Amino acid sequence: MESAEQLKARIEAAKPGIRLELLLNGSSSAQHSLLLQKENALAVAQFLRDDPALRFDYASNVTGVDWPDTVSKKVIKVKQVVDGAEKEVDQTVEEKKPGYLEAVYHLYSMALKHGPVIIRMRTGNRTDNTQVPSLTPVWRGCEFQEREIFDLYGIIFQGHPDLRRILMWDGFKYFPMRKDYVEPDDYEYEPTAHDEVLEKAKQHNAQEASAR
Amino acid sequence: MIDPGLKSELRKQGVFTTSFEELYNWGRKNSIWPLGFGLACCAIEMIATSMARWDLARFGAEVFRPSPRQADLMIVAGTVTKKMAPQVVRLYNQMPEPKYVIAMGACAISGGPFKQGYNVLKGIDRYIPVEVHIPGCPPRPEALLHAFMTLQEKIDAQALTGPERPRHLVAEKPSEFPVPQYGENDLVPPSNPAVWRPPPLAKVS
Repeated sequence: MESAEQLKARIEAAKPGIRLELLLNGSSSAQHSLLLQKENALAVAQFLRDDPALRFDYASNVTGVDWPDTVSKKVIKVKQVVDGAEKEVDQTVEEKKPGYLEAVYHLYSMALKHGPVIIRMRTGNRTDNTQVPSLTPVWRGCEFQEREIFDLYGIIFQGHPDLRRILMWDGFKYFPMRKDYVEPDDYEYEPTAHDEVLEKAKQHNAQEASAR
Repeated sequence: MIDPGLKSELRKQGVFTTSFEELYNWGRKNSIWPLGFGLACCAIEMIATSMARWDLARFGAEVFRPSPRQADLMIVAGTVTKKMAPQVVRLYNQMPEPKYVIAMGACAISGGPFKQGYNVLKGIDRYIPVEVHIPGCPPRPEALLHAFMTLQEKIDAQALTGPERPRHLVAEKPSEFPVPQYGENDLVPPSNPAVWRPPPLAKVS
């Protein structure tokens, strides 16, 4: 089974003009993934499935990831004029990285018995640009799993034969697995409440006391 | 009703005496037909209870009816999701009186280990009245048998006249409960105030 770098080289040799990015996984499992661009994702997927040396014909897992917007503060040295003399001063600079949603596919080969190969697709942002091509025409197994990602994260898969909610009901408005999902306030009862449940319980008690 | 000494004397002479209340309750408690209603893992334990080793049929629950119209008992076995909750209440409404509910397992009682889930209803007793709760995850078949016997004792103790009489003999009490609707983020209403009140919190410092 060839490594991720060799796979990347093979795809780029067979399909000239396609840009792939190799995302390294620093953990001991060392499962590196290939980041596909939205324009040529279908072409790469078909190549992965049909090439006689690769034959990845089984998409075993499709999952979604929510990368929220991050703000990182960096301290940099800036030359500034202070008291008439030019000095280097520390200045904190805020760097805002916009977030995105991501779909991750795990591919195995039943014919040649190798794998897994992990490919990813990212959306533009988390608000309005959440379209990504669907890989269901290539692997049938992605059908329900892409519906689940649409239901829980809000990624719209273009080309999916039947994209609708699968776990939540159709009128549900929000996307539960996003990091900024707010749960409805049911009375969550615990005999020995602590942390968040204790906070909610105190608020409920205060509400009931003021209602009485 | 009848003096027990007199009753046993007559028994020895071959005369069996009873009252309508005893007979009615005896007939009801020994022929409870459950509705086949398993949602998740507790359903496997319910199936095991009805199989050879812990036979539920010897208690009268001979047949698990497929239709709610022919069932007396709904054993809610498994996690009730918010998507499924209106259907559970609808099935309960379709059962004819007298009807009973056993909430089997932690999920049916209060949401269980998945209580914080976005789609988990925190206990089926938010919408329908539950007679017996069986804690456990999952409860053993013996626990379900014990719950069944508890229900039988409860039925046996019901007086048929007077203010303590059961719900199906009181004309004013409702036997159908409102079905929740799907809202934007939660079911509407999130619970039925006539059936369930949030438990008072014991120690909030």
